[in-house]
Amino acid sequence: MGFEKFLFYVFAAIVVVAAGMVVTRRNPVHAVLFLVLAFVGSAGLWMLLEAEFLAIVLVLVYVGAVMVLFLFVVMMLDVEIAALKAQFIRYLPLGLLIAFVMLVEIFLVVGPGNFGLEQFAKPLAQPADYSNTTELGMVLYTVYLYPFEIAAVILLVAIVAAIRLTLRRRPDNKYIDPSKQVYVRKGPDRVRIVQVASEPRRVVPQQQAAPAEGEVKAE
Amino acid sequence: MIELSDYLMLGGILFSISVAGIFLNRKNVIILLMCIELMLLAVNMNFIAFSHFLGDIAGQVFVFFILTVAAAEAAIGLAILVVVFRSKQTINVQDLDTLKG
Repeated sequence: MGFEKFLFYVFAAIVVVAAGMVVTRRNPVHAVLFLVLAFVGSAGLWMLLEAEFLAIVLVLVYVGAVMVLFLFVVMMLDVEIAALKAQFIRYLPLGLLIAFVMLVEIFLVVGPGNFGLEQFAKPLAQPADYSNTTELGMVLYTVYLYPFEIAAVILLVAIVAAIRLTLRRRPDNKYIDPSKQVYVRKGPDRVRIVQVASEPRRVVPQQQAAPAEGEVKAE
Repeated sequence: MIELSDYLMLGGILFSISVAGIFLNRKNVIILLMCIELMLLAVNMNFIAFSHFLGDIAGQVFVFFILTVAAAEAAIGLAILVVVFRSKQTINVQDLDTLKG
């Protein structure tokens, strides 16, 4: 058993155990953290498959952004865990049965008889100056340029949709509407002269000396 | 040596675990979303394994796009979840029966 095979089994065990924990933990925060572990383990496996760029992207983008977003939402929502897990045991046999049947079917199809080393030989190792990122970029910006642009638009739509969905105007919030603000005209809108009724003067001016003070109070 | 079928079987195990998770956690929307993320991870594993063993980098390009779409899906799904929780005070799937579906 070579070192590569050993690494494969270590990472595969990490991924499978973490995935099992994700679906069985009661606390959603723990589930998210185990999902992070599963992603990191898969990044290691992708490194073994010489997909270095995607392995790093998985850790940076997925663990760094998407999973943190999950963690934010899980911690922000005050979820009642006990009620959500009430029927956990009831669906356990059904879920396990379906998962087992599906697993057996998948194994029958993708087992070593169909996808072993005889059918798909181990590819030659890439030379030392081979850059996975360069290769991916060369294809991505030429052959797949149009899908790449569409992916950018999809991300933009996601940004707009997420902001619009969670934006809310509080009724007591005071804000300025810029679209109305730019339509203000100089004459009637911007300056408003308010006629305030003048009040009778009560305080004595400074020139008059202290003796006048008694008079004012007498009024 | 590591065979292609090793990676494919690992992807199958991951996919089955997440299918079981969808059945087990059918009340909690957050865990359901996480199970979908796990399913996408299993599919990505297959894509990259085939890309490596066939020597075709197109598989990795597809993983790139799947990651993009999955990030967008997670962002919008979580935004919807926050809005639902704000109006209903729950994320239990069985309480979300306004449409009588």
